[in-house]
Amino acid sequence: MGAGAARRLDGVSMGGVRATARIRATADGRGGTSLPVLEGDGPLALRRTRGSGHEARVMLVGAMSGPLGGDRFRIECGVGDGARLRVGSAAATIALPGQVKGEARYDVRLDVADGGELRWLPEQLICAGGSDLRVVTRVEAGAGARLVLREEQVLGRVGEEPGRLGSRLTVRVAGRTVLDQELGCGPGAPGGWDGPAVLGGYRAVGQLVVVRPEFAKEPVPARVLGETAVLAPLAGPAVLVSAVAEDALRLRRVLDEALAGLDA
Amino acid sequence: MHLDHSHDGPRAVSADARRPDGSRRALRIGLGGPVGSGKTATVAALCRALREELSLAVVTNDIYTREDADFLLREAVLPPERIAAVETGACPHTAIRDDISANLEAVEDLEDEVGPLDLILVESGGDNLTATFSKGLVDAQIFVIDVAGGDDIPRKGGPGVTTADLLVVNKTDLAPYVGSDLARMAADAKAQRAELPVVLQSLRSESGVREVAAWVRARLAAWTA
Amino acid sequence: MSRAALLVLADGRFPAGGHAHSGGAEAAVKAGRITGAASLETFCRGRLHTAGLVAASLAAAAVLGADPAELDAAADARTPSPALRVAARKLGRQLTRAARATWPSDELDALARRFPKGAHQPVVLGLVARAAALEPVDAAHCAAYESVSGPASATVRLLSLDPFDATGVLARLAPDVDRVADQAVEAARRAIDEGVDALPAGSAPLLEIGAEAHAAWAVRLFAS
Repeated sequence: MGAGAARRLDGVSMGGVRATARIRATADGRGGTSLPVLEGDGPLALRRTRGSGHEARVMLVGAMSGPLGGDRFRIECGVGDGARLRVGSAAATIALPGQVKGEARYDVRLDVADGGELRWLPEQLICAGGSDLRVVTRVEAGAGARLVLREEQVLGRVGEEPGRLGSRLTVRVAGRTVLDQELGCGPGAPGGWDGPAVLGGYRAVGQLVVVRPEFAKEPVPARVLGETAVLAPLAGPAVLVSAVAEDALRLRRVLDEALAGLDA
Repeated sequence: MHLDHSHDGPRAVSADARRPDGSRRALRIGLGGPVGSGKTATVAALCRALREELSLAVVTNDIYTREDADFLLREAVLPPERIAAVETGACPHTAIRDDISANLEAVEDLEDEVGPLDLILVESGGDNLTATFSKGLVDAQIFVIDVAGGDDIPRKGGPGVTTADLLVVNKTDLAPYVGSDLARMAADAKAQRAELPVVLQSLRSESGVREVAAWVRARLAAWTA
Repeated sequence: MSRAALLVLADGRFPAGGHAHSGGAEAAVKAGRITGAASLETFCRGRLHTAGLVAASLAAAAVLGADPAELDAAADARTPSPALRVAARKLGRQLTRAARATWPSDELDALARRFPKGAHQPVVLGLVARAAALEPVDAAHCAAYESVSGPASATVRLLSLDPFDATGVLARLAPDVDRVADQAVEAARRAIDEGVDALPAGSAPLLEIGAEAHAAWAVRLFAS
């Protein structure tokens, strides 16, 4: 495929593409947020877009489709005290089978300092047939940090068998792990992943994590959001909205409604 | 088995008569019997009869969650914090006999949260004639049958009828309507139970639960003696 | 050690409260996701490789001497549903009681003092296995097996499923149970060196979602 050829022309080794993006947001001292570090290239290009109020906005602009087998992507994002950052992506990320054998790897490392706020709202991850991707997302939040993090996985493009996905999401608040969840699905995943205990045939699965210091004093009660979604207060100042759905659109609707409910 | 206190900390063994602080725990009386025989009504009547003179609480074991507890709450026989419901996974006899751990948790939590208590009534979910309480859970048990269930139940016996510390034959007011022979029931029960007491009661009558309440008071006097 | 102690611990009649819990089966039956032996098997297989692996790893790590409080916090982080955290602590407390009477141990006494309302059941299970002089792999087997035997016996009651079919499901899952127990021990050894974050964290979204729905029902047969 074209992308594969482009990769070799870029001088990338046969081991797949290695790409790292870094974002650092700090308070600019005038009530706004500056971005002293904003670097990314190739498949992980970054653009600063118009912010709103005190919030800086960054868009992840995939310059090529990926990750493919053997690729190693990494994003590091830090938000300092008093800074507010919102990160989105221009399009869904599609994991595709590569010419290189072996799994692709996507690491996301988010650090939100005490007094910082991050809204991490990328588009979906689509695991195309034959792809093999491992995603590891680690969040370190300070005691007074605020975070909204959304992850959505779509198993296969329309009418397609899904690829293999292993996804781990770890959220630590004030040094304490409040959420550690791993999802394995697709061919070769541990048995029963598509059965009635895990995904039950649903092809879209999502997590929305919201960390707010005030949850420590006023925990949000658990709430069932329809047949296939739930809002669960975690053992710490955080909630998880966990949902499965027939498709990405329905999944997004549930997560958006849950977030709106928390913001209300 | 380990029945002494060589290990400290919260007590491990259910039959201990003392709480961790050394005080005497509440007397626990179990009420069992078939579905519809009037266990919950008897518990409600006992609460009304005894709540002024004793500090008491109730644990229910429902087949379906909380139905009996909700009845007691609706009837307002006790403040809600004195009524605890244990879920039994469709096996009420297991929860009072074979695996009493959830019930022990419930009685201990009640003592911790609303105690000190003199008496805890543990009501079983309506089950069959073989369901009896473990001695690890209760100190004495009442088996409640009723005249409408058939006047041959005392003759047939079974562990509940034969060995319960008190047998209550309930709904005596219905005997004429269902063709039950009260005298025969009393005689059969006597034959099955030798010296163990039997009370025939109608909660609709003026005396109501009086005899059972008197029996409970006597057990409590013996417990605290 | 006595291998027979494992049989005592793993016996479904061990009086530690398990009979009142369906392991998510009651919610799955109501939602129409378990309808017979075949769907029960897929349900159990999925539960085994997620919640079962997590439980088995926690139990094995406890046998190896990991700090029970750290393991308990790790269990919390791996159990987003508050209803499931409550159920796990309830069962942990009941197991603590039963085990202290069965295999008296200072460690279990200390656990009861530290967690008067119960620690997560798999953590307790590991300490019980320790008290009974069992090996990490024994505790892992016990936890992994419990993750499927509970739903299987509950489904017999819920669907009036033929008990021979349910037992057949468990027998067919046996090789997976062995595999999960081995993975759990390996992960537990890693956790001793690297900390509890190295423990598996397999999640089962429908179990978590179903557990919260189930906890809100007014009428149900099982506690979870």
